[in-house]
Amino acid sequence: MAWIKRHLIAFAAIAVLIYMLVPNVIVAAFSFNDPKGKYNYNFNEFSTAAWTNPCGAQGICESLGLSLQIGVIASLTATVLGTMIAFALGRYRFRGRSATNLLIFMPMATPEVVMGSSLLTLFLMLGVPSGRTAILIAHIMFCVSFVVVAVKARVATLDPKLEEAAADLGANPAQTFLRVTLPLAAPGIAAGALLAFSLSFDDYIITNFNASPSSITFPMFVWGASARGVPVQVYVIGTVMFLLALLFVVTGQVIGKRRNRQVA
Amino acid sequence: MAEGSVLSTGSSAPPSRRRRNWVPYALLLPGLLWLVVFFVLPMVTLGSQSLQEGNVDDGYTFTGNVGIYADALRQYWPQYLRSFLYAGTATVLALLLGYPLAYFIAQKAGRYKNLVLVLVIAPFFTSFLIRTLAWRTILSDDWFVTTWAQKLHITDLLQAVGLTSNDSLLNSKFAVIMGLTYNFLPFMILPLYTSLERLDPRLIEAAGDLYASPWQTFRKVTWPLSLPGVVAGTLLTFIPAAGDFINARLLGNTQTTMIGSVIDSQFLRVLDYPLAAALSFILLILIVGIVSVYVRRAGTEELL
Amino acid sequence: MSEQEGKGDLGLVALTKSFASFTAVHPLDLTVPQGSFFALLGPSGCGKTTTLRMIAGLEEPTGGRIRIGDSDITHTKAYQRNVNTVFQSYALFPHMSVLDNVMFGLRRRGDKDAKAKANEVLELVQLGQVSDKKPTQLSGGMQQRVALARALVNRPDVLLLDEPLGALDLKLRRQMQIELKRIQQEVGLTFIHVTHDQEEAMTMADSIAVMNAGRLEQLGDPATLYEQPQSTFVANFLGQSNLLRATVNPGGTDHIVTVRTHDTDLEVSREHLPDGVNDVWLGVRPEKLRLGEAGGPNHLRGTVRDVSFSGVATQYSVQMPWGQELIVVQQNDGTARAALGENVTVSWAAQHGFALDASQDAEAGAELVDDHG
Repeated sequence: MAWIKRHLIAFAAIAVLIYMLVPNVIVAAFSFNDPKGKYNYNFNEFSTAAWTNPCGAQGICESLGLSLQIGVIASLTATVLGTMIAFALGRYRFRGRSATNLLIFMPMATPEVVMGSSLLTLFLMLGVPSGRTAILIAHIMFCVSFVVVAVKARVATLDPKLEEAAADLGANPAQTFLRVTLPLAAPGIAAGALLAFSLSFDDYIITNFNASPSSITFPMFVWGASARGVPVQVYVIGTVMFLLALLFVVTGQVIGKRRNRQVA
Repeated sequence: MAEGSVLSTGSSAPPSRRRRNWVPYALLLPGLLWLVVFFVLPMVTLGSQSLQEGNVDDGYTFTGNVGIYADALRQYWPQYLRSFLYAGTATVLALLLGYPLAYFIAQKAGRYKNLVLVLVIAPFFTSFLIRTLAWRTILSDDWFVTTWAQKLHITDLLQAVGLTSNDSLLNSKFAVIMGLTYNFLPFMILPLYTSLERLDPRLIEAAGDLYASPWQTFRKVTWPLSLPGVVAGTLLTFIPAAGDFINARLLGNTQTTMIGSVIDSQFLRVLDYPLAAALSFILLILIVGIVSVYVRRAGTEELL
Repeated sequence: MSEQEGKGDLGLVALTKSFASFTAVHPLDLTVPQGSFFALLGPSGCGKTTTLRMIAGLEEPTGGRIRIGDSDITHTKAYQRNVNTVFQSYALFPHMSVLDNVMFGLRRRGDKDAKAKANEVLELVQLGQVSDKKPTQLSGGMQQRVALARALVNRPDVLLLDEPLGALDLKLRRQMQIELKRIQQEVGLTFIHVTHDQEEAMTMADSIAVMNAGRLEQLGDPATLYEQPQSTFVANFLGQSNLLRATVNPGGTDHIVTVRTHDTDLEVSREHLPDGVNDVWLGVRPEKLRLGEAGGPNHLRGTVRDVSFSGVATQYSVQMPWGQELIVVQQNDGTARAALGENVTVSWAAQHGFALDASQDAEAGAELVDDHG
């Protein structure tokens, strides 16, 4: 009893973790289902059909390709823009700092439905057509703030003395940035880029306001399919994304750890 | 924070950058320009759209029709109220669930810290629509979750407090709030984790050393020091939850429609742009109002 | 201070740094001879670090000039100066190995022998075997030596050390003081060492500039600063001083002047008395005072109020009839010790006293002495 009491927090934490992971387990399990009827809600029979033919559902791989493409372009652009802002905020004192902070914070404090609909009114007024470009613009917009937060957190921990040391040792500003500042800020930038990609890849609400029938992203495909019956292939892709993310983060960790151990 | 410290001559004085004053502005320009054009300006066009009259085919003219706001509120106040109630409940639940987990990762997980952190973030990478659909399976009538809940009379309890309307768990208020809690939980956990990680464990030992019971230690030391994380986490949970309509549509019924859903269908199906814009604008103003009162109450304006 | 400037001497001319609300460094004139070990000593906030940062090029002066030999480097960028710094917290690049850290400066200049030179310097600081490690895997003392090697390898005209030993424990610090001195003599570069630790400055430096509140208080070799401080600040900041309020009696010989304090005449060397001053603080170091009358012609009587024994010496606090307590430190060399409450005579020789202008605060600098030094 005392043992349980001592580990109460651990038990609570594990319970919450299970709550957070159960849907992923279900998704993985149902990717091997051969559903009876059009809805993949009840487990009928084990099958690897969807795994061997992931593009089997019409339009699914086109939408996945579009989402990956938008995700990569949007996250890279947002990472560049956001990193620049984060460096300005983390490294310089300037007028208009609090206004900048507010402008960065606002998109995170605005419901997606408001951002999506307001962008729609802007595009309507300017005559910008819905579709891929409109979606890209929107995604870059809402990703920038998250990149700023991730990179700023890292930049704040960097010792400005290291940049001074580089200058003191004869590195000009460009060399200092490339050889000292950037490598040290890299983990924060990578985290920001990853976050931006996942936000972009996963966005439905804002995308829906700015998409055209010829620009169906993966979440839009899933949403559309949810009414008619979701193809098992969606569960396959969901599982693969989850495993890739795990793999990605775990290898990152292992490499980081080994790099430290190697030299020990 | 660091602004004032240049005035002390201590060896920690940061370098003065007065001479290259244009650099920060050059760094800010492209990103901020993007936000001004594609975030701030749309708010203006949104406001403007709401005050126009006309229709999709013939175009719109600005008439300053403020009455649309009264109409919008009269017609849809239950959806606003419901959205804020659901989002508020989900936020409180996420705090109750997220705090122990964040505390565990930050202070107790030891060498499993990174592993648990990865497990918190990884579900993000499976589209949240797919994960929400998975809840339809978990809560469906013929699964053990519902049958056990029925056997243990949990369904009766939920029905008694009005969270469900019949024997099943799915397509109910309960399912919507649970889904919102689930979906935005990582947004609660990560800021909480960040501020709890900075908490020096020796402070907890010191409190114990000074005769504080575990509960008093939590109340007087841990909780106050984690407040910035609590504020950031609750905001990052409440705001998107209030505007969300995916959980309400996938896990709820016609009685659980949230305001996001109304805005979405007014814009994209009914094509009543002025009303839709007004509804969207009201949501924005309500959120900004709630957030600024909350932030002032919590006493932390520095959220970033 | 040498009037002639050598080829590689560092010269500061009216160097000034002002911020919006205060002046960190008032116009400062200083010449640091090439090849010397020079210390900038003072309490925190005295402007020594700002001065160092201006020499390094990390802080832009608001006035004055900085010269190395004949070339003016006042407005040269930090990365263009042949000046290197050992930072207080070392500022080692955490993402590079020890060797890469040391090669950093040479590489920036495209030195082809970077690796050989770096290894050579790492041998000099006895770190040859850890060159593949990351700085974070080394102890504080080793990191300190990497920082030194990283600056040293560039053979700068001036090597700046910003409280380089501040983070080390006492024993390691003593060891590194000797080590630094040895390395400086071996390589023959100009070292400028910023510190708040007066013992460290006196142990290592050929000459010391004492700074206070943005101004140079006194410049000289350690012995002169200690024996003949020119201000109460220096008298108190470098070791302890007993300061007696006195008036100069007219007359005296070529070598000796008498001063009067509380109805007692005391002798002091004429060369230790500032010109044209009538009211003075007469200062004597505690270890120059003797219990009994053997110390010299100056005698004061008082009562022992406190005795603390520290092994090599015993420190007494002797209360004078007018209330002031004099600190006496007596070597534990077998002479009789006084007991608490005993009435004793305190004596000292004329040449052991120094007189300072009485318009200064007798306590200046005393509260700033940092006892972890």
